[in-house]
Amino acid sequence: MTSHDTADIDKHVRTYILVFVSLMALTLVTVAVAYLDLGVAAGIGVALLIASVKGSLVACFFMHLIDERKLIYTVLAFTVFFFLAVLLLPVITQANAVEI
Amino acid sequence: MDENHEVTHHEEEHHQELGFWRKYVFSVDHKVIGIQYAVTGLVFLFFGFCLMLLMRWQLAYPGQPLPVIGKLFGGDRMPGGIMLPEFYNQLGAMHGTIMVFLGVVPLAVGGFGNFVLPLQIGAPDMAFPRLNMASYWSYFIGGVVMFLSFFAPGGAAQSGWTSYPPLSIIADSGQTVWLLGMVFLITSSLLGSVNFIVTVVQLRVEGLTFMRMPFFVWSQFVTAFLLLLAFPPLEAAAFMQLMDRVADTSFFMPAGLVISGQVAEVSGGGSPLLWQHLFWFLAHPEVYVLILPAMGIVAEIIANNTRKPLWGYKSMVYSILFLAFMSFIVWAHHMFLTGMGTFMSSFFQTTTMIISIPSVIIITALLLSLWGGSIRFNTPMLFALAFLPMFGIGGLTGLPLGLAAADIHLHDTYYVIGHFHYVVAPGTIFALFAGVYYWYPKATGRRMSEFLGKLHFWPSLLFMNGVFMPMFIQGLAGVQRRLFDGGASYAHAEPVLFLNKVMTHSAWGLAIAQLPFIINFFLSLKRGKVVDSNPWQATTLEWLAPSPPPHGNFASVPVAYRGPYEYSVPGEDSDYHPQFEPDRVASGPRDPGEPGATPATA
Amino acid sequence: MSAEAIPYTVDVRPDTGLNNVKLGMWLFLASEVMLFGALFAGYILLRVGGEQWPAGREYLNVPLATLNTVVLITSSVTMVMSWASLLRKNFGKFRLYMGGTVVLGVVFLIIKYIEYTSKFDHHLYPSTNTFLAIYFTLTALHGLHVIGGMAVNAYLWGPGAKMWKTAPQQFTNRVEAAGLFWHFVDLVWIFLFPVLYLL
Repeated sequence: MTSHDTADIDKHVRTYILVFVSLMALTLVTVAVAYLDLGVAAGIGVALLIASVKGSLVACFFMHLIDERKLIYTVLAFTVFFFLAVLLLPVITQANAVEI
Repeated sequence: MDENHEVTHHEEEHHQELGFWRKYVFSVDHKVIGIQYAVTGLVFLFFGFCLMLLMRWQLAYPGQPLPVIGKLFGGDRMPGGIMLPEFYNQLGAMHGTIMVFLGVVPLAVGGFGNFVLPLQIGAPDMAFPRLNMASYWSYFIGGVVMFLSFFAPGGAAQSGWTSYPPLSIIADSGQTVWLLGMVFLITSSLLGSVNFIVTVVQLRVEGLTFMRMPFFVWSQFVTAFLLLLAFPPLEAAAFMQLMDRVADTSFFMPAGLVISGQVAEVSGGGSPLLWQHLFWFLAHPEVYVLILPAMGIVAEIIANNTRKPLWGYKSMVYSILFLAFMSFIVWAHHMFLTGMGTFMSSFFQTTTMIISIPSVIIITALLLSLWGGSIRFNTPMLFALAFLPMFGIGGLTGLPLGLAAADIHLHDTYYVIGHFHYVVAPGTIFALFAGVYYWYPKATGRRMSEFLGKLHFWPSLLFMNGVFMPMFIQGLAGVQRRLFDGGASYAHAEPVLFLNKVMTHSAWGLAIAQLPFIINFFLSLKRGKVVDSNPWQATTLEWLAPSPPPHGNFASVPVAYRGPYEYSVPGEDSDYHPQFEPDRVASGPRDPGEPGATPATA
Repeated sequence: MSAEAIPYTVDVRPDTGLNNVKLGMWLFLASEVMLFGALFAGYILLRVGGEQWPAGREYLNVPLATLNTVVLITSSVTMVMSWASLLRKNFGKFRLYMGGTVVLGVVFLIIKYIEYTSKFDHHLYPSTNTFLAIYFTLTALHGLHVIGGMAVNAYLWGPGAKMWKTAPQQFTNRVEAAGLFWHFVDLVWIFLFPVLYLL
């Protein structure tokens, strides 16, 4: 992103406002859904889904990830993979553990 | 681009006016910082070695007073010169911590990486020089903190370098100091790894594509990624352990814990295995941090001293990338005996077996690189050559450990200690010695003595094997690790107990064998043969710069005209064609992508 | 350019399309993903392994945290607007938006302070149970990152802004990098909030 002419920046600013409104709306949705008492599994699923959408909006538009370089994408792709590894492998190992 | 003439604010435009402190102590020059890391690292290696010598006395002569110096350690540690179990445990935990985190990695990555990498890519310095300085001082503070932990009430950390809870939670204050020291060391590592990666990606000179980089640069680049992504979980775990120790949380403290007959006054609900997962998530990639720079150093020295290109450079690069990736998903092979089910132990066993393949490819490529070479048996080459079979033994002995069934018998025995020491001691440390002998002329402008070098090499090789080979025998016999008496109180260990004396005497031999190195290192500063910029007739970019290089490294920005190992190119007069030399023969316009072609001028 | 100056500190390197600071910041953020990831992994293991796990609202103040979420998201908007203002060469607007970002950060911390002291007043400490242990640890680490980000932002608003006069492009890049960090802090909270408070 080296060229920033006025029209370009205006477009981005419009995007920022849109994203801001979406984030506010999704925040309210998250809280509302929590009080619906969907049960543990569904509750976790929905909450994480909404959080992922919000997170993606922040990453893609505020952090401009949507038009970033391939190198950054590559680094982040591997990071996400390792993030999932540290998040999931311990609990899966625990679930698979032998009951003593 | 409109910012060509913008003044960037961190340029040391007036570096000639720097005083002593800014030039030698708080320097932002990668070469000074590299030497600081290397010297500090060597000092800690020496200190860790001394801790080992103390341990080995106890193992060979359990319960015997240590002559002459034993009483100096005081009644808390060695009353009447006889080692207390608590002190043995401190020595064990700190020997491991210091060697890995304060010795080997700072020397291999902080020392060699900082000094050589910018030179090898043609850069004037690292991408972030001040961050580089911050990294060193964070390491230094961490080192001081770790050293001072010996003087904490109750002594230094004594729950193994692995600091497993609940023991580490109830241990004395030395463990808290250890955790604080680790925070400094991890910070240093993170700042350094960002710097290394940005430097390699952004500061390679014209013509130096990724596949023309010396293998040493690849090894440092990949190592930096390992450090970047694997250390943070240990940092998180260290915070949690600090909280458990200081704020009485129960991250790692299970419910119903009884300590010395008393019920532990904690909320419980924690998991000791959580610590193990997060610790090993770092500690497994960490072992590749220990070995990859060594492989990089050996690759450079072998290419140079066979006067041939490396065999299979591409396969080595792909192997190292694959290895780095796999290293993140093998860690629980350290946890096979924690009650893991067969599905997950099969998973980790499989990934562990797979990860041995790239290592084999790299070592085989290095071995094949010797075939048909005009081998020069100078000191760096001797150490580099010895690395190959020593790492081979270390790597092969890792295989039974990676197989869950065999690991049942071998886990936590001396077999494990033998395995990892082979990889890191006659493995990595030999490669680091090779690197010192190889790049000392570049850093100082003088060569080290070949005679003293060989006097250092041969006994070291002999005694390294004397110390570590018997460990496999003891391990197979069932002698556990971390035993304060070396197995003396176990009947099944009796037939192999004599090996403790063999190993201790070899350790003394190994100690004496280092004296020629220490003497050589200091003597050569004043008496070593003065050299020019390329005493080894090498091809990589660092040999263009003067020896030693000035601030900024190169008189003008170099260009890379060809690959890194153009030795003995058919049809040429000289047996080496450096990367930085333009084509010798005028041959008209050629495809810029072809090897040996001059790149298009900007 | 002399052989001594470090290239691509401000200019973009053609083949990678990046300057050093931006690449460095993304790499640092990758390591931060792993740092918080490990704590979330701890949360998962502790929750799955525990006999019972309280609902967030049993202990925590959901309305206050919702407000905090709004505060942090808004501060992300003001942060990106401060950078956009620099692109538009409007230093005054930059000062306004960056100032707003800092103020919102202060508000976030004040609300956090209120939350924490209220817990302590009710004798709820990290040592009370593992839920509170992970709650305090996750939010405290996040809070430390908020403080760090604010310190940088305050510097760029204040003394650091002198660079706008001498090296505007480099200054803009610095604001962009600080923005990346600040958005990341917001991103972590976007996950922290539902996980701790709502589940």
